[in-house]
Amino acid sequence: MSKVFKGKAWKFGDHIDTDVIIPARYLVSSDEKTLGAHCMVDIDKDFVKKISPADMIVAGENFGCGSSREHAPLAIKGAGCSCVIAASFARIFYRNAINVGLPIFECPEAAEAIETGDEITVDPAAGTIENKTKGQVFKVAPFAPFLQDLIGGGGLVPYVRRQLAERGKSA
Amino acid sequence: MGRTLVREIIAAHSNQAAAEGEICRVKVDFAFANDITGAPAAESFREMGAKKVFDRERCAFLPDHFTPNKDIASAEQTKAGREFALEQGMLYWEVGRVGIEHAFLPEKGYILPGDIVTGADSHTCTGGALGALSTGVGSTDLAAVWALGETWMKVPPTIRVNFTGERPGWVTGKDMILSLIGRIGVQGARYMALEFGGEAVESLPMDDRFTIANMAVEAGAKTGLFVPDEKVLAYAGERAAREFTPLYPEKGASYFKTETFDLEKMTPVAAMPHSPDNVKPVRECGAPVIDQVFIGACTNGRLRDIETAAKVMEGKKVAAGVRCIVIPASYEVYNAAMDKGYLKIFTEAGAVVCTPTCGPCLGGHMGILAAGERCVSTSNRNFVGRMGSPGSELILASPMTAAASAVTGRLTDPRDVMPEDFFTKLED
Ligand code: SF4
Repeated sequence: MSKVFKGKAWKFGDHIDTDVIIPARYLVSSDEKTLGAHCMVDIDKDFVKKISPADMIVAGENFGCGSSREHAPLAIKGAGCSCVIAASFARIFYRNAINVGLPIFECPEAAEAIETGDEITVDPAAGTIENKTKGQVFKVAPFAPFLQDLIGGGGLVPYVRRQLAERGKSA
Repeated sequence: MGRTLVREIIAAHSNQAAAEGEICRVKVDFAFANDITGAPAAESFREMGAKKVFDRERCAFLPDHFTPNKDIASAEQTKAGREFALEQGMLYWEVGRVGIEHAFLPEKGYILPGDIVTGADSHTCTGGALGALSTGVGSTDLAAVWALGETWMKVPPTIRVNFTGERPGWVTGKDMILSLIGRIGVQGARYMALEFGGEAVESLPMDDRFTIANMAVEAGAKTGLFVPDEKVLAYAGERAAREFTPLYPEKGASYFKTETFDLEKMTPVAAMPHSPDNVKPVRECGAPVIDQVFIGACTNGRLRDIETAAKVMEGKKVAAGVRCIVIPASYEVYNAAMDKGYLKIFTEAGAVVCTPTCGPCLGGHMGILAAGERCVSTSNRNFVGRMGSPGSELILASPMTAAASAVTGRLTDPRDVMPEDFFTKLED
């Protein structure tokens, strides 16, 4: 998590659900790029065209509520977004984002203050979100230690690999 | 501080104290995926270097969303899931013998009291009706469970929900859960568990309990559990695919808060577009004109739902210009509804009866809405574009309200088309 993210903010409201992040009619693929082409289409049909690589989604409460589709964080990644900042995340989306490697930051103050078009820098290691446009800096609470280890170790897939290897040894 | 039911279950599945907020490594009793989430789970499973699922009798693949396959892409996706299931020798049922996962698995006794169940589908919380900690996860999380037989869980705080008073016949499980979501909001239980109880639950049919547990996730909850009682134990006992140990909350369990509902004061309600917490009494919704009615989904496609809807529709006709689509949630339900003559009531009224599938619930197939169209649905989500065009509207309600609306062509309280004694007779 040492990478720093720099990009423009695209602001959304509360309760952005997985059906608008990636509508079910596109769930016949789980390819990141294919899904990314339709990201947010039902709420802003030009979203994918408007954003530049590394831009970020900033949203209110309960981002990613609704279905368990991992296609939602994949679509956001596939669209080219670097990360998501929200006041809060829905439970399954939170796990899925970590598992598919979409960086997410829970920060109600930043989510409230940031507006579309603001230039944002997120430094996960320092735990800061900086709004360059407005000259504000926000603190992000760190992940729980278990999650830090999970993320630091490359995510869930390598975690399971290690677990299986250990079991292999002890068997 | 006594333990809530969810804490009891987590403690029994880990060797940790399961204090609130603690992250625990828990053993999982059952883990499943569907035709959308199965193929990516299989892919992650292989990436993890896993060779065999942890237990072939506890891992399942169920095609139910776009099946019978609606197009080539969904056929390919289902095929990938099926091939993985066959290669692993895990549980798998073909179209014609399955049903919507959250109706089918409890029916077949794969989700049992005291279990921890993970499903790659958000409505896995439906299993909470049996007193199981049953919760939705994504495909990668599910693959990890298939590989390891365990997962991590943060111990959630619990909101206790008590239903009191005598339930009038027009109040269904759907009205009860919508009333709760209307009160606490779509994130009222985010990161929490809901625990349902109270004296009115005792007489509540199992099918209504499944409906209530099903929509726990619409309040943001990890799961929604009923404390096992005689009804639960009888239901699970006659179906159980394996042994189980029911668990209970401790006396004096400590809850984040308690919400109480007096059912005597409850009326049929509806969630208006576009959020499950936009809930109002049906009679105060202004009777909007509708184009479609959908009776089905993992929320309300069980026998009691089909039965109550059929009884409202008996001898009547679906209003001119309205499409009414009825989809029993499983073949057990479908066949029982056929034996009892309910399916005939629907088709004679001018409704369509389809084979068990999620179908229109997620905007998949068999009843997609055009822009400007409005549908009364017994499903669980009325997000923008959920059943088709982003320009369509969805109203969530009970099967009786849906059936009454199909008959009048407007959103209608079932009490406005049925005499009062109809509802008293429903009770037995
Ligand atoms: S019926 Fe609807 S909510 Fe239930 S599993 Fe299927 S798509 Fe999901």
